[in-house]
Amino acid sequence: MTPQLLIFFVLAALAVLGAVSLIVQKHPIHSALSLIVVMVALAGLYLLMGAEFVAAVQIIVYGGAIMVLFVFVIMLLNAGIEEHTSLSKFAGPPGLLLVVALAGFLAATIARSTGTVQAAAQTGTMSSTKGISNMLFRDFVYPFELTSFLILVAIMGATVLAQREKS
Amino acid sequence: MNAFLASNAELIITIVKIALLLFIVLTVNAYLTWFERKVVAHMQSRWGPHRVGPHGLLQPLADGVKFLFKEDPTPAGVDKFVYYLAPLLALALALTSISIIPFGPSPIRLFGHDIYLGIAPPDLNIGILALFAITALGVYGVALAGWSSNSKYPLLGGLRSSAQMISYELSLTMSVVGVLLIAGSFNLTDIINAQAKHPERGILGWNIFPQILGFICFFIAAVAETNRVPFDLPEAESELVAGFHTEYASFKFAMFFIAEYTSMITVSSLCAIMFFGGWLSPFPASWTVTHYLPSALLIPAGLWIIWDGIRYETIFGKIILPGVGTVLTIAGIALLMPNLLFVNEFIQAPFWLLSKIFVFLFVYVWMRGTLPRFRYDQLMAFGWKLLLPLSIANVIVTSFVILKWGAQ
Repeated sequence: MTPQLLIFFVLAALAVLGAVSLIVQKHPIHSALSLIVVMVALAGLYLLMGAEFVAAVQIIVYGGAIMVLFVFVIMLLNAGIEEHTSLSKFAGPPGLLLVVALAGFLAATIARSTGTVQAAAQTGTMSSTKGISNMLFRDFVYPFELTSFLILVAIMGATVLAQREKS
Repeated sequence: MNAFLASNAELIITIVKIALLLFIVLTVNAYLTWFERKVVAHMQSRWGPHRVGPHGLLQPLADGVKFLFKEDPTPAGVDKFVYYLAPLLALALALTSISIIPFGPSPIRLFGHDIYLGIAPPDLNIGILALFAITALGVYGVALAGWSSNSKYPLLGGLRSSAQMISYELSLTMSVVGVLLIAGSFNLTDIINAQAKHPERGILGWNIFPQILGFICFFIAAVAETNRVPFDLPEAESELVAGFHTEYASFKFAMFFIAEYTSMITVSSLCAIMFFGGWLSPFPASWTVTHYLPSALLIPAGLWIIWDGIRYETIFGKIILPGVGTVLTIAGIALLMPNLLFVNEFIQAPFWLLSKIFVFLFVYVWMRGTLPRFRYDQLMAFGWKLLLPLSIANVIVTSFVILKWGAQ
């Protein structure tokens, strides 16, 4: 077992455990903390694959900014321990079906993939900062700008909705 | 044994480096508290600590022992897991961030290995991004400490700190973009080397001159990120008792304290590296006489400490201070020896970097001694309405200049 594989398994286990804990935890803050563990473990996985820039951005944006907002809102509302109400009767069977379907799909994909699954570093233009910026600002500049525009519209919409309640 | 050493040399070197840096950083932290108390005291016409050891120099040791042996009660109704996690998180992240900083350009050749000063490899491509990532996570230490204490003042402190850190992180990140554009790299070593393109210009080649606006934004945002005066609202003692760490005692409190001082060191190193040429000398490269500056500082300092020690009242001071002074003087003289000139050459880079870091640490203390605290609404307005637009304007102007004339 190479060190890379060992680190991969540790990080993967952390990510899965964090995701399970996110659902199981009763207190919102504990759930948010579990989600942070998932984000940071994912960043570690990206780092393992040689995508340094994506790993750093994953932590800055998801682990930092977004999750801080989550925690901030939970603290601001002082949300307590959630009561577990009885589960919806309709959600059960379709949910189980979806779980089985997703697991089967993933298993099939993994079984079909040729070559060994490896967690080694893949150095390429895709993972470097330069490669990503070339892709974003040269090859896909219009979809990128459109997405930015969409986000801007969403921000303005949120501001307008929040302002309206005052008057 | 030898085979094991040879095959794991990198690992062992890194572990030794981590242990050494940890020791140095914690010691510097301890004496930073002494320095801060002394400087602030003199600014306010007081003496500061002067009872424990000569000039109060053993005060940090006494404080450390006190922190370790104090009773450590856990308040009722706290969220145990998060309550214990928060100080650990704060300290661990603060100490991790300092491992990214490179302290010198040239490696020491030891046992057939090139040993660089600094823990991260010098070709770490995401240097500054990694630092920002660690800073971004640093909010949790304060926010979670405030929340888990089950007490209203810490909760308010935690809320304030999260809001403040989200607001100032934007300006912090935007203000360095100009520097990154000039250097064309996230790598801290590359950023310093980009400032050394014209060695004959010395200080004029540093990033501070084209990026003065970026530096002002960066320094203000960085002070806010480290929760120091005038941005110490999360622990405003006149309003919130002690803010987020009100319910922490003993060593858990000390962990927050060490984390704060460590991030001060990190921010000072970043200021020095990004804007003030890192380990570059401020003099033009042709002025080789400046290589004797470390000696010119060490010998008078050593002689002064000897003189001061002989006059000191206590026997302990009469022995310790002249001893330290003699060591410093001998070190200064040794650097002048012709056969030790290579040592003198080697310490030039760390000497300049550490001097710059020290200057910024002094500025931190200086601000603590002189500036009043912001009001909360002033803090928010300042961050969003002034600092963020300024740093964005700096990015746009820098981009256009580089587009037109190129990055010199």
